[in-house]
Amino acid sequence: MRHLMSPLDFTPQELDRLFDLANDIEHNKKKYAHACDGKILATCFYEPSTRTRLSFESAMTRLGGSVIGFSDAGSSSASKGESVSDTIRVISCYADICAMRHPKEGAPMVAMERSLIPVINAGDGGHQHPTQTLTDLLTIRSLKGSLGGFTIGLCGDLKFGRTVHSLIHALVRYEDIRFLFISPEELKVPDYITEMLKNKDIPYEEVTSLEDVMPRLDLLYMTRVQKERFFNEEDYIRLKDFYILDTAKMELAKPDMLVLHPLPRVNEISVEVDSDPRAAYFKQAQYGVYVRMALILTLLELA
Amino acid sequence: MLNVGKIEEGFVLDHIKAGKSLSLYDHLGLDKLDCTVAIIKNARSNKMGKKDILKVECDINMLDLDVLAYIDHNITVNVIKDGEIVDKKDLVLPQQIKNVIHCHNPRCITSIEQELPHIFYLADPAKEVYRCKYCEEKYTERSKNYK
Repeated sequence: MRHLMSPLDFTPQELDRLFDLANDIEHNKKKYAHACDGKILATCFYEPSTRTRLSFESAMTRLGGSVIGFSDAGSSSASKGESVSDTIRVISCYADICAMRHPKEGAPMVAMERSLIPVINAGDGGHQHPTQTLTDLLTIRSLKGSLGGFTIGLCGDLKFGRTVHSLIHALVRYEDIRFLFISPEELKVPDYITEMLKNKDIPYEEVTSLEDVMPRLDLLYMTRVQKERFFNEEDYIRLKDFYILDTAKMELAKPDMLVLHPLPRVNEISVEVDSDPRAAYFKQAQYGVYVRMALILTLLELA
Repeated sequence: MLNVGKIEEGFVLDHIKAGKSLSLYDHLGLDKLDCTVAIIKNARSNKMGKKDILKVECDINMLDLDVLAYIDHNITVNVIKDGEIVDKKDLVLPQQIKNVIHCHNPRCITSIEQELPHIFYLADPAKEVYRCKYCEEKYTERSKNYK
């Protein structure tokens, strides 16, 4: 039985097969409409995340399966003090596969260790968010043609932004990728990531100005400064508007650069950028459903 | 110079940093064992200037070499049988340590999940960096505990 805790759980070859399947689903939706008939997905969301949860629910429903679950810790037995270990043992009796989001880092791994069904990490605190990474990789592969041979700028909250951490871990396995980390000093990428890049001899730079590096980028991955990751409201207010991508900045970029964003955005991308053909973040949300469909089929061994 | 007699069966931990034998005594749980223990503090050493030595009369299998290696892998472990050194154990940093140190990341699941073991893995052998299995937070207080 396989689970998904980190994007590294799948080899690049396995990811290629997963993305081939996702692209096949994209172009042949009817073929997969009953692939999960009779199967149940449990969405165990201990913190609110409408987008990721609905993406999972949409994926399972489009495959013909059903969904059960809870969408915040208050409406689950966690509010009565039940441990993650106990919850997953019970959920294992009710469902065939589980997607878990939890504010505590490592919670889905605890679930995985006790579970009788495949567990998907749907985001654990500021740590990992592998299905977002699979979405990002599928979007890049589908729109750029390959994974590798580009300079990617990651901008915004690189300290707590789990999507960023997961994406970096996944991209280092491909050839000829250069990273530009664009963040305020307080939200720099954690040292364990820069340590890993140094060890693997992968080029990276840490800068604070987005304008200065725009012309060098093939991909720009914008992130939101997340209020829920801060203990201190004052720090959040100071840092939330540090970067705003607008048409003036887009004019500095290459004509084929792509802008990605895990969504939801607040104001870090002006709405005027939405009509720019390089804005790929809504397509990215659509790829998120296809990749989750492919993942559910793969983990249930139905592909 | 103070003389401490030979032990018949057990182990001698040599080349302990001076003044740290009591800390090792605690980490190894020697207070819980019903055996003879000699703690020698600030013994003269050609190599270290001053050093501590622990002599323990008990079965070698009762010693947690992983914990010892984690605390200080430069310590020499001499295994004693019939009053003679019969073996010297090489200490290498363990790939994983369980319930020796605790994760201090308030966002880690270990901070709320009762009875979850605190497991750390060796992330960077060259820099002797350990990270929490669950949240990957680096353990930074090792040097404070033992220097």
